[in-house]
Amino acid sequence: MNALQRSGSGSMAQSPRSSTSQAPYLTVSVTDPAKMGNGVQAYISYKVITKTNFPEYQGPEKIVIRRYSDFVWLRDRLFERYKGIFIPPLPEKSTVEKFRFSAEFIEMRRQALDVFVNRIASHHELQQSEDLRTFLLEDEQTMERERSQETGIFKKKPADFMQIFKDVQSRVSDVVLGKEKPVEESNPEYEKQKNYIFQLEDHLAEAQKHAYRLVKRHRELGQSLSDFGKAVKLLGTCEGNSLGKAFSELGAKSELLSIKLQREAHHLLMRFEEPLKDYVRAVQSIKATIAERANAFRHHCELAETIKFKEIDLNKLRLTRSEKLADAEREYEQLKADGKESKRKFETIVKLMNEEIARFQEQKTIDMGVVFHEFAEGQAHLAKSIAEAWRSLLPKLEACSSSLETPDA
Amino acid sequence: MMGEEESSKEPMQFLSLNEENTCNDEVLTSNSYSSSRNVITTLASSSVNSQLPAAAGERLVSDPLLFPLDNPSTESYVDVIFSPMDDGPAISSISEPNGTGEILDELTILQRSRKTSSEYLNVTVSDPQKEWESSNSIVSGSNTYVTYLITTNTNIPDYGGSDFCVRRRFKDVVILSDRLNESYRGLFIPPRPDKSIVESQVMQKQDFVEQRSLALEKYLRKLTEHPMIKKSDELRVFLTVQGRMPLPASIDVASRMLDGAARLPKQLLGESRSMIEPQDVVQPAKGGRDLLRLFKELKQSVVNDWGGSRQPVVEDDKEFLEKKEKLRDLEEQLTDASKQAETLVKAQQDMGDTMGELGLAFIKLTKFENEQAVLNTQFLRAVDMKNVATAAVKVSRLYRELNVQTVKHLDRLHEHMGLMLAVNHAFSDRSSALLTVQTLISELSSLHSKAEKLETTSSKIFGGDKSRIHKLEELKDAIRVTEDAKSCAVREYGRIKDNNRSEMKRLDSERQTDFVNMLKGFVTNQVAYTEKIGCEWANVAEETSRYAKEST
Repeated sequence: MNALQRSGSGSMAQSPRSSTSQAPYLTVSVTDPAKMGNGVQAYISYKVITKTNFPEYQGPEKIVIRRYSDFVWLRDRLFERYKGIFIPPLPEKSTVEKFRFSAEFIEMRRQALDVFVNRIASHHELQQSEDLRTFLLEDEQTMERERSQETGIFKKKPADFMQIFKDVQSRVSDVVLGKEKPVEESNPEYEKQKNYIFQLEDHLAEAQKHAYRLVKRHRELGQSLSDFGKAVKLLGTCEGNSLGKAFSELGAKSELLSIKLQREAHHLLMRFEEPLKDYVRAVQSIKATIAERANAFRHHCELAETIKFKEIDLNKLRLTRSEKLADAEREYEQLKADGKESKRKFETIVKLMNEEIARFQEQKTIDMGVVFHEFAEGQAHLAKSIAEAWRSLLPKLEACSSSLETPDA
Repeated sequence: MMGEEESSKEPMQFLSLNEENTCNDEVLTSNSYSSSRNVITTLASSSVNSQLPAAAGERLVSDPLLFPLDNPSTESYVDVIFSPMDDGPAISSISEPNGTGEILDELTILQRSRKTSSEYLNVTVSDPQKEWESSNSIVSGSNTYVTYLITTNTNIPDYGGSDFCVRRRFKDVVILSDRLNESYRGLFIPPRPDKSIVESQVMQKQDFVEQRSLALEKYLRKLTEHPMIKKSDELRVFLTVQGRMPLPASIDVASRMLDGAARLPKQLLGESRSMIEPQDVVQPAKGGRDLLRLFKELKQSVVNDWGGSRQPVVEDDKEFLEKKEKLRDLEEQLTDASKQAETLVKAQQDMGDTMGELGLAFIKLTKFENEQAVLNTQFLRAVDMKNVATAAVKVSRLYRELNVQTVKHLDRLHEHMGLMLAVNHAFSDRSSALLTVQTLISELSSLHSKAEKLETTSSKIFGGDKSRIHKLEELKDAIRVTEDAKSCAVREYGRIKDNNRSEMKRLDSERQTDFVNMLKGFVTNQVAYTEKIGCEWANVAEETSRYAKEST
């Protein structure tokens, strides 16, 4: 699977097929899902195969075993470390479906995880991440240790994070509604962007819902064709002679078409509905970055406020020539440094986000273009083969009706 | 000769994508599927009204039909069926001069009637109107009923005219149906539309009346297609005689039973004749006024079932029994196939609906991206999305249209299923006639043995001779009448058997023709529409082909 080009950022312009070692490459494949453990403890493990010529990776190929929570760990670490970058989304946790572990579910998850890692691997900044290296190279025990250390904000302060998220949402809607809140960016372009992201999610979710229904319809039509075919065949046995044969052939064709439809249903699920779901997840990931930006902004503003007050205090202390002056001055300097740092952080996020959104849009146009093309091709192929199958019956039906016209003995 | 104006437009409408198919949409979006199925059925029948415009490209058609084209660039089958899709509607009816290339069922019906003779008898039902019954009811407006205008056009000489218009109400149709059932025992008489008391309350008045008038038309047409019934007096009178319904109603069963119950004591006491009269024999005992006869035949049927004695006359026609079994089988399979056909239709409908919703969702997305776009790439994406969305909406309409056609064709399964009712009825005519014969025969034998006994005994009582001779005379009398009745009954039984036989043959051949046409129609439609659907998607694939190169 040519993962780089499927999810490539484009900015690296690397061709993994070039076997020349000059061009740097890093491709990953997530394969071989295997069920491990029993009962409630059961989980799926995946083989993660890395092929690279990056110097830090000490070797052209490495294979490790990972499970879903390892991927979550990676995502969380990257999210914390690379604020401003849109971290690729993961497939849903789905605690219920996990127990059923249907083949389809496993395959969809595997596909999504594969896409996830490769997107990271082809992002010019993320691919340099140490955490990625840990994920791709370390043995399972080390991985488990890392996972349980959990310095990520998801484990530590999940409530806080949710709160931040909710705050952002309410703030965005407040601004959209025209209510001004003080601790929020008043950048109209950015507001437009945020608005766009939130609405986009709704639209995409709807499209995805219908795509999922379309998959179901294909299955249902397939089933009904199969049942119809069987019934028609039985009806043919009542008739006998050429009509009976015609019936049974029609029935057989109907059953054949049922299989085609089931196949297309699966195809649609994996290559049409899943990418749409992935698009939705990506938008949700952007929302998380939006929250981070708001966070950073607020932090910066609060710090600026604190610095202002500290300055006032400082001047007061200067006037009164207090002993606390030296300490206060040190604190003040420290605060100023923190202020600078938080400003820098915030500005980094802003810059990164601008780059990311442009990249994201470019990538999505390509991604969706591919999805649409494959969708149209699949549907065209299905329709044409259905037409062909039915058409092949026509000469026989024609012969049947002419044999009925001429009265036989 | 046109039915309601709306329905004649219907086949025209379905091809023009631009205008809204209000007729179809209203009909097909009824709330419950089962009620909408009935409406779909009537939709199917309504198309029978319309005339067929002759196809421009008729000659081209025979090729694609028999010799499938390999190269889609030349005029495909699709193009012929769907000549210009975007301009005005046009249906190409695919019919060759000798009538073998039929698709649409209108042709089938015309075909069949054309073949038999140059005689025709065309009936249409229209113009439902409310009328008031002139009765002395206190509450005004409570005795309203609907009458329908029945227009007949014929060249059958017996009719003494070519065009007739009469007004009839549903009750009249029930009477017609009952009378036909009485006169034509043994024939497969098409079943009449249901009384459907519930539906008339539940449905909107207008919808119900519409549905009923379509059903009536269908029923009357079926009658005119039956080779024997079309010549019947009852039908002729129904179609031609002005004013009130000329056929007297057979009195309902309840009052018949009451009449019979009143007669019974007299019969048992010997006051009124207790014999089965020859003229009664031509009707079944059940539902008649002669309760005594009913009891006798009931007793006979019990004897048949439980008694070991072999009857002199039994159903011995092996061919008949075999055919009966086969028809039973057929009925079962038909029921199943009809049910699966309904499921198939629903699945096709759902597919079309979901495809349409998907298209709409993408159209909304397109609009959204266009309005909010900041980068050029978003406009590009919007264009791609629009292509997919438009195709999806078009395809959705195609599925809907395909479905309308599918229903029309597969509905024949349903129709033949309904015919089985008529078949069963005809078979029960036969078995009740046989029962009458058997009853009479055993009557006769018991009468004979009574007479024998009387003849051999000599009167022991003084003066008893006179009463014995009198009784003997009576018995001889009874025997004679019963003999007559028996010959009548045997004749009637034979007539019914003949009817059964000829009808079974007719049914078989008609069913086979119908089914072949159904299969052809169904398959042809599938081919045409799925090809068109394939083309729509192929266009989109073409328009997005640049993405394909990038991903390989």
